[in-house]
Formats: sequence, C-alpha cells, structure tokens
Amino acid sequence: MKKNVLLSIVVLLALALAACAPAAGTAAEAPAAADEAAPAADAAMEEGGTIKVANLSPLTGPVPTFGESTKNGFMMAVDEWNAKGGVLGKTIEPIVEDSQCTADPAVNAANKVIDQDGVHYIVGEVCSSASIPVSEVAEEKGVLMITPTSTNADVTLNLDGSTKSMVFRACFIDPFQGQVMAKFATDQGYTKAFVMSDQGNDYVRGLAEVFSEKFVEYGGEIVGSETYTGTDTDFSAILTKVADSGAEVLYLPDYYNVVNLVAAQAKEKGVTAVMMGADGWDSSDLDLAAADGGYYSNHYSPDDTRPVVVDWVTKYTETYGSTPDALATLAYDATNILLASIEKAGVDDAATVAETMSGISYEAVSGTVTFDAQHNPIKSAVVLQVKDGAIKFVASVAP
Amino acid sequence: MERKNQNPIVNWIVKSKILGILFFVIIGAFAVFKLGTALFDNPSLFLQQVVNGLQLGFVYALIALGYTMIYGIIQLINFAHGDVFMVGAFTSFYAISRYNIHLWFQSLFPSVPVLLAQIIGTVTVMIFAMAVCALLAYTIERIAYKPLRTAPRISALITAIGISFFLEYFGALNFVFTPNYITFKRPFEVKSWFIGPSGFGTVESGIAPPSHSIIFSNIFLIIVLASILLLLVLQYIVKKTKIGKAMRAVAYDKPTARLMGINSDAIISITFALGAALAGAAGLLYAIAFPQVFFSMGITPGMKAFVAAVVGGIGSIPGAFIGALIMGQAETLSAAYISTPMRDAIAFSLLIIVLLIRPKGIMGETSSEKV
Repeated sequence: MKKNVLLSIVVLLALALAACAPAAGTAAEAPAAADEAAPAADAAMEEGGTIKVANLSPLTGPVPTFGESTKNGFMMAVDEWNAKGGVLGKTIEPIVEDSQCTADPAVNAANKVIDQDGVHYIVGEVCSSASIPVSEVAEEKGVLMITPTSTNADVTLNLDGSTKSMVFRACFIDPFQGQVMAKFATDQGYTKAFVMSDQGNDYVRGLAEVFSEKFVEYGGEIVGSETYTGTDTDFSAILTKVADSGAEVLYLPDYYNVVNLVAAQAKEKGVTAVMMGADGWDSSDLDLAAADGGYYSNHYSPDDTRPVVVDWVTKYTETYGSTPDALATLAYDATNILLASIEKAGVDDAATVAETMSGISYEAVSGTVTFDAQHNPIKSAVVLQVKDGAIKFVASVAP
Repeated sequence: MERKNQNPIVNWIVKSKILGILFFVIIGAFAVFKLGTALFDNPSLFLQQVVNGLQLGFVYALIALGYTMIYGIIQLINFAHGDVFMVGAFTSFYAISRYNIHLWFQSLFPSVPVLLAQIIGTVTVMIFAMAVCALLAYTIERIAYKPLRTAPRISALITAIGISFFLEYFGALNFVFTPNYITFKRPFEVKSWFIGPSGFGTVESGIAPPSHSIIFSNIFLIIVLASILLLLVLQYIVKKTKIGKAMRAVAYDKPTARLMGINSDAIISITFALGAALAGAAGLLYAIAFPQVFFSMGITPGMKAFVAAVVGGIGSIPGAFIGALIMGQAETLSAAYISTPMRDAIAFSLLIIVLLIRPKGIMGETSSEKV
C-alpha cells in the first residue's frame, strides 16, 4: 500500500516536471529572441522604410466576430494611410496578432510584438479584461497603446488612480452614456424620469447613477428609482409604480434581454413613459416591437449624415460587403488617431507621440475626439430610436 | 437514545413555539403596518399591486400542484418539476414561433370570430405543451424513479436533482434550446383595460389611463381563468373519478391498495403525468406573462412553487393553491413596498415562519387525505 502511494507521488512529480519543462524552455528563449530582434528593428528604422504598428484582436476565443471587425477596421485605416504615402514618409507595416479576449494570450501577444517585432505602437485589445494586463506591459516597456473598445476605467488608470502615460482609448467609458442620455432627455423637453437599475451589475448601476445625477443637474426631476436583481422576470410591481409616478422617461440602461422583458410588461401595465437606455440595447435580439419608441445611446450610427461617416460606411461596405459595426468603426478611429498623432509629432518616438496624442483634436467617424486627463476621449455619442421595427439615427449628442 | 432536556425554561421555549410566534408577531405587525399605510395612502396603487400578485400567484399555483401531488403519492420532492415547467415553456415557444399551432384553428375555420379563434388557438398550444410535458414526466418516472421505488427516499431525491440538472444543461446545448435568452412571441395581442372611479375603458398605447384606476390585461384574465379551470378539473379527477380514487388509495396505503387490485405503478405514473401537464400549462402562461424563455428559467419559479406547496401544506391540493397565492402576494407586495431586491428573501422567510409555527403547513394536518 505504502509503495503504491510512493509510486504515485513519483509519477505525479514526473508529470508535473514534464508539464513545466516546455514553459521553462520558452521563458529562457524569450530574452534571447528579444536580443536578436532589437538590432533587426533598429536596422529597419535606419533604412527609413517602415513603421510597425501592431493590432491585438480576439480572432479566436469567445468573441471572434469582435476580432474580425476590429482587424478589418485596423487594416482599412493602415491601407488608406499607406495609399496616401504612409506616415512621416515611411510605409506602415501592420502586424496582427490573435489575443483571444483573454489576459494570458493577450500579454503573450503583446510581448511578442514588442520584443520580437520591435513594435512601438499597439492598437488593441478589444476586451477590458485583456486590455488591462496589456496596458501594464505597454506602460512598463514604453510602448504607446490605444484600445478601440475597452470601456473599463482601469485600462487607462494605474492602481493609485494616476493616468497611465502611454495608454489611451478611442471609446467613451460607460458612465458617459448616462450623461449623454440625461442631456438628450432634457433637450427633448422631458422633466420627470424614473430610473431602474440592476444593483448587481456595475455597468448598469454606473450608468443609472450618472443619469440620475446629471438629469437633476440639467433641471429635471427623478420621480422614482428602483433596483432589481439580474434573475428577476416579474417587473409588474415596479412598472405599476412607474405608471403611478407620472414619469415621462423610464431610464433602463440594462442589456437587451432585460429590456425585452420590461418593455413587454410595460405596455400591459399602462406605462406611457418613453424608455431610454444605453449600448446594452444594441443587439439583433432586441425585441423591436416591445421596445418601440424607445431611445438608446451608442458609439456610432451608420445612418449618421456627417461626410466622414458616409465615406467610411461606403468604403467599408465596398471592401467587406457589410455595414461596419461599432467595433470596426472604433478600430478604424483608434488607428487613425494613432497615425495622425505620429504624423503631428513628427518623430517615431512613442513617448513624444503619446504627449502629442493627449493634446490632439481629430475628427473621427465616431465623433471629434479630444482626450481628457484620464486619456478618455471627449466626443459626442449618437442617440438611436427604435421605431416601426427598425433602428433609426436621431441625434448626435455632445455633453 | 433520546436526550431529555432538564432545563424547564428551554423545555417551555421549545414546546410553546414561542420563538416562532414572536417572530411571526413582529414580522406580522410590521407587514400590517406597512401594508395598512400603503392602502391608506393610495388605495388604487395597492389594489393594483394585489392584482399583479394574483397573476404571479396563479402561475405558481399550477406548478405547486405538481409538487404537492407527487409528494402526496410517493413522498418524493420532485426537484425536476421546475425544469419540466421550462420544457413546457419551450414547447409553447416552438409551437407558436415555429409551427404556428395557435393559428391552425383559425386557418381551418376562417369564419369563426377572431376572439374565439384566438382563445381556441391558445388552448391548442396549451394542450400541446401539457401533452409534451406529461409524456416527458412519464418517461422520467419510468427511467429514473421507478427503479428506486424500494430504495431509501434520499436516493430518489438525489436522482430528482440529477434529472433537474440534466434537463437544464441538456437544454442549454446549442442543438436543443440553446443557452440564449429568447423572446417569446405571445399567441395574441395584449390588451389592457382600466376600471376605477372614472369608469371602465380600454388602455390605449401612449395615453396614460386615468389616475386611481386599476389596470388589468387579457393576460391576467387568461391566467386566472385557466388556472381556476385546471384546478377544478384536477379536483374533479381526484375526487370523482376511479383513477382519482385509486390515487387517493395509493397515497393512503400503497401495499393495501395493491392488495385491492390497484396497479399502483400505473397510478403513480399517471400522477406524474398529471402534475407535469399542469407544469406545462404553467410554462405557457408564465411565458405569456413574462415573454422570455431560457434554459434555466424553471429554477426560480420551481423553487417558489415548492415553497408555496410547503407553506400550504405539502400533499394537500387546496393547500398548494392557497400557498401559491400567498407567495404571489408576498413577493409582489414586498417588491412594491419594501424592496425589490429583497423580494425573494422575504418570500422565502415566509417558509421559515410557517415551518416554525405550523411544520405541516397551513392546510397540512387538517385534511386527512393526501394527493
């Protein structure tokens, strides 16, 4: 019996060693590869030929469609700049890596493009959970990073709350949409709002708090607010209160599945308040009949009539055969902002470009972008309306 | 060996159930005060919330009946019952969205008035969902519970939990029900009416109904009528038919029933099928009221219906019904007047209070017969 135990321990140890071995091997090889890569990169630069820009996209993993769109947007921007003669007279060399929307593969991809390919600029990652660790790598190695779509506040912030000097984003952060909707509701002449939020969901709660605060600031009145939990299906008690409160606006910044349930029950309970929400509504599964008449904020709308948008939608549709979604658009914007900053800085140096970027004003597809102290873009959001079974562009709202 | 407690005070506390009563009195006083002020402040709002609670309570009642019948006959808490309810909701979803079963009657007899055709269409879907659920429960009973008839009760209970998980996660597979939240298409248009001091009328979309009136929808009417009708049918089957007599006999004393020539296995299977049919009907009604179906939708309503059955006195049919109505009110009124996120906590604490004071439930001991 004892022998068996010993034997199994030995076997286990051997297995553990075997599992560790390749990992140790790659760790040892990595610095060597970096040493080789660095001179190669310098040599390329001296020739004055190319500027390397990397894109980290989740091409496999849980959200491959996000990755595909992001890559398409990135490549279109790079191709356009190259067609115009590149940046600083040099050709842009795009490097696309799969980062899987997951922390570890994303960090590995970031280390690969920085150490092996000698990249100084990264457009990516898409998901906040992957962008946060990548942003730490970028900050530490002095590489400029701009994420197109990661909305979590911590992407551009250090643990102590200070801003990461080398990290930017091209999308607005979540609570911003609450402010936009408060502004829009006030502009429409609504003065009484009822706010519903899922107290267990940071995204929803953050939006609801900002909306309530700003709506009052703009002169409106919050006539009621209720919280619920993510598993609730019966909203009749809350909706009865909404109907009784005389609210003109029902702000519900949750995801489409909750919106579908609430909207379907609201009409039945005699609720006449106009429903408003945020980009969580943006789904092909949104129940258009139930949510008819509702408004929600989003990053961009293909129906926007600004020339930049029309131009972008036409070009994208020609190249890829589909209307660009928000991910492709934000990747396109992020890449353009980056390249415009390099052009404006006049030198191929990540730190200088970062400084230029923090002061830039660029007219992107998703609005004219300037950056605040936390490196979050200040730009307008679009408001869309669900009307007669379709999503219609209503307005572009700047806070 | 039973350990006798010598301390007279502890003895008295246990015997007199003083803790339970105290708990009950404090909570009860608080509830009466809260609801009393609510009723006084805005009577129409209060009544509206009661109507909301009734709608929920009647759906719970249909699920609770299945729990209570199965417990009554084989003392098994059938944890898979909530998932049978989920299958009922999905069956209705497919029947309506894929196969348009609710329109069959209308296309066969186009001359029938629209309202009648819609009612018959909805009933067709309901019967379809009930049949599928009955068949499913029959199969489950044959495969999973029958071989364990003589095994300890805990084995069957754990098997029931296993079946529950199987139904949920098999349902979550992409080629079954998918793990998505799916919008349920109601088989008819929703219509609401208001009734109050300013009279009776239809609620038009976009126009606020007059204040101080109570709003109810055709969904509310359908749920209440269908539940009452199904309850009456069930009561008839149990009390007036031969099968019902056999059920009561099996519930009362299985070996003796068998000696009298009753095929107790068949009767148990029929009980399962009957309970599941009610869960199937509940699945359709629930999906009509809260139009979304997803693979784990049975867990919470199933749990609440189970609590309702225990509160009412598990094994008793009228008890399950009363328990479910109490659960519906407790949930809606606590959501309305105390706190929405606390609604489940309050509803479930009802269970604790009832068990402290009346361990057999409200209707538990008083009715001598089970099922």
